[in-house]
Amino acid sequence: MASRLQRQETRAALWFISPWIIGFMIFTAGPMIASLVLSFTDYSLVGKTSGVGAANYQELLSDPRVRTSLTNTFVYALMYVPLGTAFALGLALLLQRVGRAAGFFRTAFYLPVMTPAVAAGAMFLLLLNGQRGLVNQVLGWVGIEGPNWTTDPNWLKPSLAVVSLWAVGGSVVIFLAALHAVPRQLQEAAMLDGAGVVRRFFSVTVPMISGAIFFSVITHTIAALQMFDQAYTMFYGPQQKSTASDASLVYMVYLFQNAFQFFRMGFASAMAWVLFVIILVITIAQVRIGNRFVYYEGDNR
Amino acid sequence: MTTWRRVAVLLPLALVAGCAGVGGSDGDGGGKGDASGTSASSWSGKPTGSLRTMGFGGEDEVAQARIAAFKESAPDVEVTINKGDFDAQQFLTAVASGNPPDLVYMSRALIGTYAAKGAIQPLDECITGQQIDTAQYRPAALDSVTLSDKVYGIPEFYIVQANLIDATSLGDAGVTPEQIQTKDWEALASTSDKLFQQDGSKIKRIGYDPKLPDSFPQWAMANGAAIVGEDGAPHLDDPKAVEALTFAMDLVERQGGWTKFKAFRDSYDIFGDKNPLTVHSIAAFPMENWYVNVLRDSIPAGLKLQSTPFTDRQGEPMSLLGGSAWAIPKGAKNPTAACAWAKTMTATDTWMKAAKARMDTVTKDKSFFTGLFTANKAADEQIKQTYLKDAPDPGFKAAIDNFYATLDTAKALSPSPAGAEIDAAWKSAVSRALEGQDPAAALAQAQKEAQTAYQKVSTDG
Repeated sequence: MASRLQRQETRAALWFISPWIIGFMIFTAGPMIASLVLSFTDYSLVGKTSGVGAANYQELLSDPRVRTSLTNTFVYALMYVPLGTAFALGLALLLQRVGRAAGFFRTAFYLPVMTPAVAAGAMFLLLLNGQRGLVNQVLGWVGIEGPNWTTDPNWLKPSLAVVSLWAVGGSVVIFLAALHAVPRQLQEAAMLDGAGVVRRFFSVTVPMISGAIFFSVITHTIAALQMFDQAYTMFYGPQQKSTASDASLVYMVYLFQNAFQFFRMGFASAMAWVLFVIILVITIAQVRIGNRFVYYEGDNR
Repeated sequence: MTTWRRVAVLLPLALVAGCAGVGGSDGDGGGKGDASGTSASSWSGKPTGSLRTMGFGGEDEVAQARIAAFKESAPDVEVTINKGDFDAQQFLTAVASGNPPDLVYMSRALIGTYAAKGAIQPLDECITGQQIDTAQYRPAALDSVTLSDKVYGIPEFYIVQANLIDATSLGDAGVTPEQIQTKDWEALASTSDKLFQQDGSKIKRIGYDPKLPDSFPQWAMANGAAIVGEDGAPHLDDPKAVEALTFAMDLVERQGGWTKFKAFRDSYDIFGDKNPLTVHSIAAFPMENWYVNVLRDSIPAGLKLQSTPFTDRQGEPMSLLGGSAWAIPKGAKNPTAACAWAKTMTATDTWMKAAKARMDTVTKDKSFFTGLFTANKAADEQIKQTYLKDAPDPGFKAAIDNFYATLDTAKALSPSPAGAEIDAAWKSAVSRALEGQDPAAALAQAQKEAQTAYQKVSTDG
């Protein structure tokens, strides 16, 4: 039973967060509901709009480019999420050993996160150029003949992954904090028992930072499935549009094309909601699996 | 939850849902402000008020001179120019939100699609109200902006192509400029082979670049195929179009294959001092008339330009036609001023003022005039007579002459209500073909996609 004081406090709390609630309603929940309504129409941004029932969703299921773009997005996510997490964890482990100098490196690794994705995409388009780009030049120094990153259909998704890997700095910072929170006693106890570095890593460190890994995997997966900026800048900008390959068509780019090039905003809204459901399902699956492996220090396990 | 709390949370949600519902179904909210309904007859008279344009950069002296001419002729109009090239998303969201610009500047290739969707208005009232003489525009330009016998845009600029050649590279390989010809395709392929240079797996110089996928319609036209019919229906699987694509693809295959070819092309510095013709990265390619303006600055760096016309397989000069147009969006608040602007920007005496401004710059830079291609036939001829002298550099003279020679035969793809989808279909088909799919199969698939889209828009109306 809520006492009077509790009710007063709750009311004060609601007042304090009301700006956020209003913002959420107007800028997030409102457009989401509008989008849901639009997905059942043939809204084209201009001209008459009429309801079409579930026709958009039916067409979604039969459109081969939707399947292509969804496959491309999943392949990209499968490439980026494990690589990104492992790469970030590796960098964080290195930073942990550096000690005080970690400050400079932490900043250096975080700077790419603040670079706009469009700028990163434009820059990597030049760096990854198969004939004259810097990446292939450097690879040539160690005798590796680099592929045509930006034009070979087999290498388009890896090149998108490379561009995204550049910005793992956020995860590095989080992992570094989690690594510092691993109690030294556990490490020492394991060392006394004769565990080697690798064994200690997998049996002590990873379980202790599993919360951070869990968070990183979920957010990276969501970001990967929604990826747009880099793909659009690198392969679908005004100069590049006409030579775009289907191998680089990610779901959000196809959605954008439908919305603004083909005048099919209703169809694009349906695509957006399908993506929402897919991400929701994947995230719930990850949470279920994760709960069995993630160890939180405050829990009773 | 107390009643009070329930209301506090649910009320904003309900309000927003209500607004969303209204906004969603009333998609053409801007329709209430649609000018062509009420003020149709009043697009005549002196323009006043404010005028907002979108999609027009207007930075060089040719544009500035014309803007000044308009401001002089309509001093009561307050002009705001939204800088930046045309962006579909920016324009469509402006129209959808009921706050469109009064005037939009876009490529003529897009006019068909936007007209069919109702994003821009027919200009009959504009033409009669402001007394625009449409006979002064070149017929091919006017065709591009006409859909179902209504004019939807006022054409500006006439972009044609000719072969631009790096004479130095040709000299090194023992090839004469006349061998860069598009009449005999087999001979062109072997000429290109002679000019192509490769070092291991890196391309050093491209011989003849067919400029795929953008120039696919030009190659199809050269072979006698019209991939879009006069009624706007697609004919992407025309056997002559397939033949043209196969040839152009073959040119690319012989010069390193698409992935290397495109990567090499992507690394060009098109507008800079190290542009591909000057640094011998490319021997010859069909290019648009405005590019000689850029190349002129490279003459001191040693550029030796040559040029031959792009011809069809019978040897007649031809070119795919490009250019821009002024259009008035649905819901524009000041269509009278918009119309007056379009008329003034493309009028013959305005073009003469612009040409004079161009000549002043050319004299100041101690350079030469490379022609001005306006889409206004009278203006073109007057400018040519008054200002065009033989360029001191013979290669540039040849290029300019070749551009002027194709003005009467250049043609654009016919406008179509499914223009955007047809465009996407063939571009995708060419990409797929370049990546390995059989060209006939690729174009057949594109034709299916384009035909579906065309039927959809033809029946929906």
